[in-house]
Amino acid sequence: MSFFGLDCRRKKEKEEERHLRANDREFNLTFQYATNAIKTSKYNLFTFLPMNLFEQFQRIANAYFLFLLILQLIPEISSLSWFTTVVPLMLVLTATAAKDAIEDFNRHKSDSQVNNRQVKVLMDGQLKSEKWRNVQVGDIIKLENNQFVTADLLLLSSSEPLSLVYIETAELDGETNLKVKQSLTVSGDMGDDIEALAAFNGEVRCEPPNNRLDKFTGTLIFKEQKYSLDNDKILLRGCTLRNTEWCFGLVIFAGPETKLMQNCGKTTFKRTSIDRLMNVLVLWIFGFLALMCIILAIGNGIWEYQKGFYFQVFLPWPESVPNSAFSAFLTFWSYVIILNTVVPISLYVSVEIIRLGNSFYIDWDRKMYYPRSDTPAEARTTTLNEELGQIKYIFSDKTGTLTQNIMTFNMCSINGKSYGEVLDFAGQRMEITERTPKVDFSFNRLADPKFVFHDHSLVEAVKLEILEVHAFFRLLSLCHTVMPEEKKEGELLYQAQSPDEGALVTAARNFGFVFRSRTPESITVVEMGETKTYELLAILDFNNVRKRMSVIVRCPEGKLSLYCKGADTIIYERLHPACKTLKDVTTEHLDEFAGEGLRTLVLAYKDLEEGYFEDWRARHHTASTALEEREEKLDELYEEIEKNLQLLGATAIEDKLQDGVPQTIEQLAKADIKMWVLTGDKQETAVNIGYACNMLREEMNDVFIISANTAEDVREELRNARRKIKPETIEAEPIFEVKQPKNKSAVLPEDTVEGEYGLVINGHSLAYGLEKSMEVEFLRTACMCKTVICCRVTPLQKAQVVQLVKKYKKAITLAIGDGANDVSMIKAAHIGVGISGQEGMQAVLSSDFSFAQFRYLQRLLLVHGRWSYIRMCKFLNYFFYKNFTFTLVHFWYGFFCGFSAQTVYDEWYITLYNLVYTSLPVLGMSLFDQDVSDRWSLEYPKLYEPGQLNMYFSIGSFIKCLLHSIYSSLILFFIPYGAMYDTMRDDGKDLADYQSFALLAQTCLLIAVSIQLGLDTAYWTSVNQLFMWGSLAIYFAITLTMYSNGMYLIFTASFPFIGTARNSLNQPNVWLTILLTTILCVLPVVAYRFSRTELRPTINDKVRYKVSKSKHAPPPQATRARIRRTSSRRSGYAFSHAQGYGDLITSSRYLRKNMATFSPRSKTNAKQPGTVLKTYRAVKDTVVDKTL
Amino acid sequence: MGKENPKVGKPDNTAFTQQRLPAWQPILSAGIVLPLFVVIGLTFIGIGIGLFITSRNVQEIELDYTGDQEGAPCAGCTNATTNCKCTLPFKIENKFEGPVFMYYGLTNYYQNYRKYGISRDDDQLYGNIDSLKSPANFCSPYQMGAKQMPIAPCGAIANSLFNDTFRLFYKVNKVYTEVLLDDNGISWWTDYNVKFRNPPEINGSLKNAFEGTVKPLNWPKPVYELSTNPNNNGFINQDFLVWMRIAALPNFRKLYRRISEGNWSRSLPAGNYSLEITYNYPVLSFQGKKKVVFSTVTWMGGKNNFLGIAYLVFGSLCIVMALIMLIVYAKYQVQIDRDM
Repeated sequence: MSFFGLDCRRKKEKEEERHLRANDREFNLTFQYATNAIKTSKYNLFTFLPMNLFEQFQRIANAYFLFLLILQLIPEISSLSWFTTVVPLMLVLTATAAKDAIEDFNRHKSDSQVNNRQVKVLMDGQLKSEKWRNVQVGDIIKLENNQFVTADLLLLSSSEPLSLVYIETAELDGETNLKVKQSLTVSGDMGDDIEALAAFNGEVRCEPPNNRLDKFTGTLIFKEQKYSLDNDKILLRGCTLRNTEWCFGLVIFAGPETKLMQNCGKTTFKRTSIDRLMNVLVLWIFGFLALMCIILAIGNGIWEYQKGFYFQVFLPWPESVPNSAFSAFLTFWSYVIILNTVVPISLYVSVEIIRLGNSFYIDWDRKMYYPRSDTPAEARTTTLNEELGQIKYIFSDKTGTLTQNIMTFNMCSINGKSYGEVLDFAGQRMEITERTPKVDFSFNRLADPKFVFHDHSLVEAVKLEILEVHAFFRLLSLCHTVMPEEKKEGELLYQAQSPDEGALVTAARNFGFVFRSRTPESITVVEMGETKTYELLAILDFNNVRKRMSVIVRCPEGKLSLYCKGADTIIYERLHPACKTLKDVTTEHLDEFAGEGLRTLVLAYKDLEEGYFEDWRARHHTASTALEEREEKLDELYEEIEKNLQLLGATAIEDKLQDGVPQTIEQLAKADIKMWVLTGDKQETAVNIGYACNMLREEMNDVFIISANTAEDVREELRNARRKIKPETIEAEPIFEVKQPKNKSAVLPEDTVEGEYGLVINGHSLAYGLEKSMEVEFLRTACMCKTVICCRVTPLQKAQVVQLVKKYKKAITLAIGDGANDVSMIKAAHIGVGISGQEGMQAVLSSDFSFAQFRYLQRLLLVHGRWSYIRMCKFLNYFFYKNFTFTLVHFWYGFFCGFSAQTVYDEWYITLYNLVYTSLPVLGMSLFDQDVSDRWSLEYPKLYEPGQLNMYFSIGSFIKCLLHSIYSSLILFFIPYGAMYDTMRDDGKDLADYQSFALLAQTCLLIAVSIQLGLDTAYWTSVNQLFMWGSLAIYFAITLTMYSNGMYLIFTASFPFIGTARNSLNQPNVWLTILLTTILCVLPVVAYRFSRTELRPTINDKVRYKVSKSKHAPPPQATRARIRRTSSRRSGYAFSHAQGYGDLITSSRYLRKNMATFSPRSKTNAKQPGTVLKTYRAVKDTVVDKTL
Repeated sequence: MGKENPKVGKPDNTAFTQQRLPAWQPILSAGIVLPLFVVIGLTFIGIGIGLFITSRNVQEIELDYTGDQEGAPCAGCTNATTNCKCTLPFKIENKFEGPVFMYYGLTNYYQNYRKYGISRDDDQLYGNIDSLKSPANFCSPYQMGAKQMPIAPCGAIANSLFNDTFRLFYKVNKVYTEVLLDDNGISWWTDYNVKFRNPPEINGSLKNAFEGTVKPLNWPKPVYELSTNPNNNGFINQDFLVWMRIAALPNFRKLYRRISEGNWSRSLPAGNYSLEITYNYPVLSFQGKKKVVFSTVTWMGGKNNFLGIAYLVFGSLCIVMALIMLIVYAKYQVQIDRDM
């Protein structure tokens, strides 16, 4: 779907460079830049019909029917009246056109809504309100807070100090955090001085329109000065202005030329494997059709030669037919028309309807609705449903998908005592549930109401003023890089670099050590209601090597202290020897915490002597200003002072998994779906989560960790892993690799592996693993493992991994993620699922399905996917069956009517068969059928496997269906043939006439296919009953009506079958024939299905048998207790991935800058911290961005 | 997404949206399938026996008078021009219980050939004046006759109207008594009363109504002279109607006359008969055969053993299948129970 494919205003030549002048419309108009009006709609009132029809006839099925229609207009060939093709074709075209029209109407509506938004434009020296569509390149416009950016603007000035503006780019890239943009000083100085702005006549030369969101190059020439412009000065359409009262901008790109619109280009169109199979089958069917027609044409040639030639006494050949060969040629085309029903035109429409219906079920499912965020599941693509029932590989993001990206302070160990568990009266540990009483923090006015803790003894300990406990929380409230935000008195909001830190500081806050505010030199903490200000002397920041951070503060009492938190191994090395016993106890607690999958940190402190510290501080100053080896020198200094620490205790933070993640993963594993986790996270955290959600288990035979740095090492490590799993595959390897280049789409064989293995690979090694020469090696090893975790991977690598699996495995893949970094993977996989969570909407926008919680995945796949797949397969099997049977009767009849392309049925019946008589029942089945209920589907995940193996609809089943049709059509033709041969009515009159025979055959056919459908239907709702019996009733009603006197009186020649129904349906032998024919069509199927169930029952049969035996639905899935284990493996990473920004906090750069510009316009002082915070946030984002 | 109005996104809790519609879920269990096969089998056998006996009771005699064999009564007529008469003697062994129907039969005759079947104009046959004067193109090449005058009735079907005629004589002691044949009520009521209409008579004359048309090429006389009986003349001539109802298969019979006059309506006694044939219709060129059939009817129509035999055969097969499946069931059911 191209947005601009129909844009007639497209310029003749490609724009090389954009040149514009502010406030000079005349000048800018000479370049014919696009205005700000956008057009995403495709048609208007007049172009709709021709263009839509043109598009529709590009589809092969429609084109085919147009071709048939043309054939039918040739009188020599025409074997059916025009209406047999026109009526269905019109219906299909109208339905599609209506759908397109509605979609386009909505686009028109949203276009006009967007185009008519108001914005203030500077015109003739004053601000005027204008519609968006009228904004032009070179205009200066004024934006106000929370307004959408109208077009791509060059930021000129803003209300904020330093001409900063804050924007949210959620619509652009899905990130909800604020970004900061800053204008040039020369334009920023104009402020909101309208006169100055109106007089501004800067000229901009810049790049032509393009779709790169992160890049902009250009120059501004103003007052004969050249200024260079970059992306920091550009506001892009689609962003929203936040926390900025107003700003002025110069329009650079407008409307379709904005970067947003340039980006919403083509969406890759996904097709399901059944779609592809269907296309192949349609080709087969064409072949089959041609074959039948050739046979019949040859038959006709022979017949005309042997018989028709002599029958000319009564039926002379037309002049246009000189010989039997030419007659055969014409007959070929006549039969193409007659037998066209093997290529079912309504198939595509019906398939779309079924998919749409099944998509609605997903939207409607209350069990996939997340009340907390009021998000229902959404099927954003309605054409992929059945593929949900065939998934073999799932690629999952970690953060925000498996985990909630929420850290909670769960437990701690203070001075050898563990807190956080709830014990009952007997001293037994209790399971923490929703109903477990929570600790009451009402004593603390500043407590965070959302913080939950269950162990009362810790509050008691705080209230008892136990020294170590106080020190513990004091440390947590001081040693961090969190920024507080206090919009209203007492309503604190923490901006933390990593959620872990936020959790720790929040914990301290609730236990009475409220971190209130900070300046570069001080930290203010409200300790048990008493405000204390600590002098912040140094932050010894975190980095990957140090794995710890410290602060040095001076207490209000004047005491100097160093507070340190960090990974257990690191801190343990630096403890004072006196802590030995405490260390042992704490280690026990740490093991316990780690066993529950919690992330741990060890806390320690140390008092400093004044003299030593002054000396250290001086050296620190020299080192931090040193030009050479600054880092090393600082590290040395840090190392020196972080020694002989006193152990305080340890914290345990839970990286909260989303609800039901381990159970879901277990279920999916039972359904033989392989799960790969692809995450940008560190190896440790990824592995930790792997254990927490049961993907990695202690009892696994081995977990291989691939983290080599050269290609050779990676290969070696992969091979070693394989040697361990299955040595014999190593030898077989070269053969495959030699063959591989020749046959690129080689499908890797599925290796059966004994035992369970896990594979963890980091981004570095993965880069080598994805190289051409090694990808097979990597994939082979990875596929032998039950669990694969790729950590530290880039978004691109995520997509590459998915593509690798798609390339070598004949399997359907699904990618699930929530963030902008998952988009590539979501787009690459067969099916993309977006978690509508916290990281913005980008993933959701590019996904095919979206919901709020990972656990809904099992319902999506095991219930909806499976049903959709089964329904679609049943539908296709039945649909082909009914059309083949319908058509093949003509084929047999050909042998008895001189191959003359005579139809067996009434033309009206041919017209209505697919549209009216048989459409609703099969739709009913494919919308309502369930082999077993959702509960049972979840109870037996194995039921999912047939879908992965493509068992229900494949070439094989298609051929089976064809054979079945051949059988049925033989019965349907020859039983009536035998029964009617030389027979007559009970009053001696004609019964073996063509019309009676047609009526008999068509009635038999309809009843037979209806019963067949009944056999296929496993789930008879009242709707199914209604459709089934209704269709039969309608058939008889329509038939009796069409064959009635009245119709003949009105439309004489159109309904030549007058009286046939009355004259033959009152004959007992007609009904006896119908009975025999239909029963014979169906009974063998019953016998076959019954015997198959008995002899080789599938999992499906077994479950259905079991369901029929048990009266009750299975119990709802028990929410299993969390698996507890003790483990020596622990993850000490309560820090974010990036280097901290302690520097930023201590440096007073931002403050000073702000002060400078702040003074002239300052109204309230309260504004200042807010600005700092915003800047801080923005800087933080850039830090995070870099890590992605 | 509707944060101001909580739970706005919550889907409706209806049986339909939640896919919980109450439903009947039959499965093909042994308890259903085996009895089903037995019941169907027995029923079929029952029906089969009934049909077979009924069909056996139908009396039927079929006489081939094509004359393609040397020495056959009508052999002399095969090459003759119109109105060649030949006589076919035959004997009825057992009395035919009335009513008896007389059919003529043709074989290898493709009335169901598509081009033949569409070569008619239903509008014209419905008495439509416009169509009478300008028949549909389907009728071609029997659309227009000499001097471009429209043919009535047009088309190949009408043109090829079967035109052999028969008289039946009962021979007792060398005395021939003519068996009266009734040409009334041999066509469908709907054809006679609805589908076929004569064009409105002009000045009380059917002939005038057909003014400006010519007779079909093969016909000896125009359509308004088909019969002297005004109710059986023109487009509603019953022989014509019967012929116009084209047969489904290349071998067919068509009702010629009912034997329903006087004593004959009760029964056709055993004895010697003689059939006088006016031999007109050429079939030898395409290896066709012509037959005359006398038959009685029952509730299930004429003689047709096929249906009865089919019911018997398939009924028996059902029983056999039931037995086989019973064995399979007994042998393997245990296994399923154990597997679960």
